[in-house]
Amino acid sequence: MSEIKTHISLKSQGNDFSEPTYQLQLLQSAGLTTFQDSLDRSGLFPFKPTKLEILQINLGKMCNQVCKHCHVDAGPDRKEIMTRETMLECLEAAKNSDCHTIDLTGGAPEMNPDFRWFVEELSSLGKKIIVRCNLTIIVANQKYHDLPEFYKKHNIELVSSLPYYSAGKTDAQRGEGVFAKSIEAMKMLNAVGYGVEGSGLIINLVYNPSGAFLPPDQTALERDFKSRLSRQYGLLFNNLFAITNLPVSRFLNYLVASDNYHDYMEKLVNAYNPVAAANAMCRNTLSVGWDGFLYDCDFNQMLELKLASDRQHIRNFNEEAISNRNIVISQHCYGCTAGSGSSCGGTTV
Amino acid sequence: METYYDPKDLKKFGKITEFQKELGEKYFEYYGAVFEEGALTKREKALIALAVAHTVQCPYCIDAYTQDSMEQGCDEEQMMEAVHVAAAIRGGASLVHGVQMMNKYKDLSM
Repeated sequence: MSEIKTHISLKSQGNDFSEPTYQLQLLQSAGLTTFQDSLDRSGLFPFKPTKLEILQINLGKMCNQVCKHCHVDAGPDRKEIMTRETMLECLEAAKNSDCHTIDLTGGAPEMNPDFRWFVEELSSLGKKIIVRCNLTIIVANQKYHDLPEFYKKHNIELVSSLPYYSAGKTDAQRGEGVFAKSIEAMKMLNAVGYGVEGSGLIINLVYNPSGAFLPPDQTALERDFKSRLSRQYGLLFNNLFAITNLPVSRFLNYLVASDNYHDYMEKLVNAYNPVAAANAMCRNTLSVGWDGFLYDCDFNQMLELKLASDRQHIRNFNEEAISNRNIVISQHCYGCTAGSGSSCGGTTV
Repeated sequence: METYYDPKDLKKFGKITEFQKELGEKYFEYYGAVFEEGALTKREKALIALAVAHTVQCPYCIDAYTQDSMEQGCDEEQMMEAVHVAAAIRGGASLVHGVQMMNKYKDLSM
């Protein structure tokens, strides 16, 4: 396998895989059944949204980690972050929407200087708030050590990546020392009540394969994670989400460099499940980019596939106006429809 | 370079039905049922299959059940332990015949 630099983003390297056009051309030239054809055969094309339930807001691409599979190509060298002005536009949209959940992601969303202000403002809307916390941010710097208390105060639901219950696989994907820091952060979260029965404070973990293969059965894996993390580290969490790696950005780069690209795509296409397609998250979720532009999902956001609507920015948000749009699709969408399906909330079947 | 084993042939396994449809289909139906979740989990079955693949030294089966074990959530340590189980039984199968050798030796000796 050719060497992949893992300490800086693809964008900083000037790597072709940081270019959406290059990625889309590669995805469309694999000679496999098109996603559109698969949807068509399932009676799902044109692909339409259902009711908007989740507003997922990407607060920026800055992150304290440089994970090998990251579809955002996030890292400490990425400076794109959401401004307070755009956050105010998001707040206005959230107020005018019937969506029940606001899902904050990044990068590490906590690295946005207006993160806490934004969460406090969102709290007053009475909606569920999810923060996709990478765990290590809590121990990365003293200024983040009180995050567990902050999350608790605002009853934030946490979703945190931990690709395995041992250091080897976790560090191979997320960076040297990440497993130990994640365990330390989980202990701090457990200490304030996260994952503890009866506390009402939820922390869900995310597994994604550390390589070119599909995820296991979510229920069986959750049993293993609970047993191992409890026995070895005394840790508690609520649910495990098993997520498929989508062929976008760094993971696509890895697939090509390791000569696994064609086999992996073929596997995704062969595992296409129409039920998973019908339940795909893009149907009930709207994704907001760091600059306020709207997308059908976070993956489309990274491929710069904007919403197929004349309302392409959060400042022009109108739930009714975008409800009849066609969801923008390409070959990467097979990642969400393989086997038991995959979404930001785990399997969908 | 032409070899007896070609990794691409693994994907053609299903085509054995072209020469004998009925028996091939019966075999694949049985095969599918064996690997369903039952008294053993899919993960346990994948590790057994991985160990057996090494015992019968089938390169196709090793490729297939390495991937399957990973997709069932196994890590490299668990998978290598399964291979050691195969090796231990295989080595033991030779060594336990040493008792037969010892018996015969004693029969033939003064």
